Amino acid sequence: MSVDKFTLLKTSCVPLPNENVDTDQIIPARFLKATSREGFGENLFRDWRFSSSGEPIKDFVLNQAEYSGKVLVAGKNFGSGSSREHAAWAIHDYGFKVVVSSFFADIFRNNALNNGVLPIQVSADFLSSLFNAIEKDNAQKVIVDLEKQELTYNNESCSFEINPYKKDCLLNGFDDIDYLINKKEKIQDFEK
Amino acid sequence: MTLYIYYKLRNSKIEFTKYTTLKATTLFDKVWDAHVVEHVEGGPDIVYIDKHLIHEVTSPQAFSGLEARGLKVFRPERTIATPDHNVPTVNQHLPISDEQSRTQVETLKANCEKNKIEMYGLNHPNNGIVHVVGPEQGHTQPGMTMVCGDSHTSTHGAFGAVAFGIGTSEVEMVFATQCIMQSKPMKMRITVDGELSKGVSAKDLTLYVIAQLGTGGATGYFVEYAGSAVRSLTMEGRMTVCNMSIEMGARGGMIAPDETTFEYMKGRTHAPKGEAWEEKLAYWKTLKSDDGAEFDKEYSFKAEDIEPMITYGTNPGMGMGITQSIPAEADIPVSELPSIKQSLAYMDYQLGSQILGKKVDYVFLGSCTNGRIEDIRAFASLVKGHKKVDAITAWIVPGSKKVEKQAIEEGLVEVLEASGFELRQPGCSACLAMNEDKVPAGKYSVSTSNRNFEGRQGPGSRTLLASPLTAAAAAITGVVTDPRDFL
Ligand code: SF4
Repeated sequence: MSVDKFTLLKTSCVPLPNENVDTDQIIPARFLKATSREGFGENLFRDWRFSSSGEPIKDFVLNQAEYSGKVLVAGKNFGSGSSREHAAWAIHDYGFKVVVSSFFADIFRNNALNNGVLPIQVSADFLSSLFNAIEKDNAQKVIVDLEKQELTYNNESCSFEINPYKKDCLLNGFDDIDYLINKKEKIQDFEK
Repeated sequence: MTLYIYYKLRNSKIEFTKYTTLKATTLFDKVWDAHVVEHVEGGPDIVYIDKHLIHEVTSPQAFSGLEARGLKVFRPERTIATPDHNVPTVNQHLPISDEQSRTQVETLKANCEKNKIEMYGLNHPNNGIVHVVGPEQGHTQPGMTMVCGDSHTSTHGAFGAVAFGIGTSEVEMVFATQCIMQSKPMKMRITVDGELSKGVSAKDLTLYVIAQLGTGGATGYFVEYAGSAVRSLTMEGRMTVCNMSIEMGARGGMIAPDETTFEYMKGRTHAPKGEAWEEKLAYWKTLKSDDGAEFDKEYSFKAEDIEPMITYGTNPGMGMGITQSIPAEADIPVSELPSIKQSLAYMDYQLGSQILGKKVDYVFLGSCTNGRIEDIRAFASLVKGHKKVDAITAWIVPGSKKVEKQAIEEGLVEVLEASGFELRQPGCSACLAMNEDKVPAGKYSVSTSNRNFEGRQGPGSRTLLASPLTAAAAAITGVVTDPRDFL
């Protein structure tokens, strides 16, 4: 699957300050029975978002009309637990392009990047001021500039790290398989 | 200064390459570096994968992605499939009643046939949980690189393999090229010296370590477990320890192979035989961290400090000795208080309270953490001569057909039945509750699996992670009980 090219993004945010959000919360196992990649957004954060009878839970941020946008701002250690890529698919399918947190689990970070979702790791301080800003103004806009590796809101700016190869992939909409296929000969040599 | 000799079979003649290195290297480096096809400038390594394990849940989209690109599986002989996550644990001879689960299992079968991948389907004598099957069939070997679309692939590290979980895009990548692109993780060594006390098992050791490091404590690292307490574990115990590495965020965990490893492997179906065995053995014996090898981080613990462990919260790092109390408000850093409170509200437990004596409704023995024969033996040894409490629902689920068969042959099934337990059929079962084995909302489950996340064992379920002995003690008393009371 090649991914969409990642372009300059200016958008409001959805705050989720919970820490240690694991992939079982992002998409519970009972929704992993599909054989295609589509439609997982519907069940993103299913058990926090809907009651057992399917009623939207008003307190949960995805059910609050005042919050919307393409950036999910999440608490520390986001995406721990199961390797299910369905978690990244659900986030992507729901419409998020970026997840901001002060710490990401490894496998989730890879899965997100492989689906054109950019995980941005910021300092704990930056994260808490961003949460405060969103609390003050629900429509708080952020600018994500992948080219410059910069996340900006109001006049606060922070640079973030990304591996140059991965950055290239995102900006151009390439994925690892495109890259690896071109290395077939080298791989065959290695096998000898 | 150490001199290393690496050799490689090339056109069936052995070529020796000598390297003189100034630096002592770690076990992890030795295995990883030997599999790097290319280092991408400013990017990850292209790592060759020796063995790829697949199951029904994380592979269908990888197969269809591959097809959409017009590609075939590049090295089908390096791939092994087994359906496990989604299968019922009773009446496996009947068609799976849940339509979506059935479709997934059938899709795996069709994909494997099309791509000439060996599959241990439902009812096949080798079927079972992917991480139980690999070692048991001798697919898992020291020095290998192994991946699977499942985070507990770290289990195979018990043999001195570099094994880790991957996402579905990466499964597709391995199908297409037998390689993966990953940046090399940092290295951590966790040493546990001393002797584990009576009633304290590998599961307690790993829950203890995770409680010390926290759920994100090893993120970015590959862990090597060392020390006399680790060395004295059986292969089953080592697998339990490596299995849980991911629960502290580690990319994987591994243990240097030794006589225990070779003993376990000898004669397994896919293990090398005869001369090939001798050759491999010579290589496997070189797989250990050199004296003076440097790790990015080191921890050491004493085995004597570990008692039977239990978790009280909603991540595996929230564990404690079974006789201890849940931390009191004053003992918790302010920044962590909100998430701990939220977690305890979910569990309906109070800060500072004792866990011993708390009511239990369900007991689950199984999973790739504790679904091996040794675990069933431990459980049976404790319940022998006692009765299951009527109000408890217990699921005893073997990790594989082979474990099931062995439990029957060893007479463990009779012991279990005499105490009111029945042995189910193999699969992941209540570990992730994709099949019918779900713990109802609000109910408490003492579980030998690896995750106590909200809803992991069914929406609203409350999970207490523990060892097979602690699970057994709960099953015959109906409450959280110190298993040492029965030893
Ligand atoms: S038993 Fe649980 S952890 Fe192990 S492979 Fe199955 S679902 Fe994953």
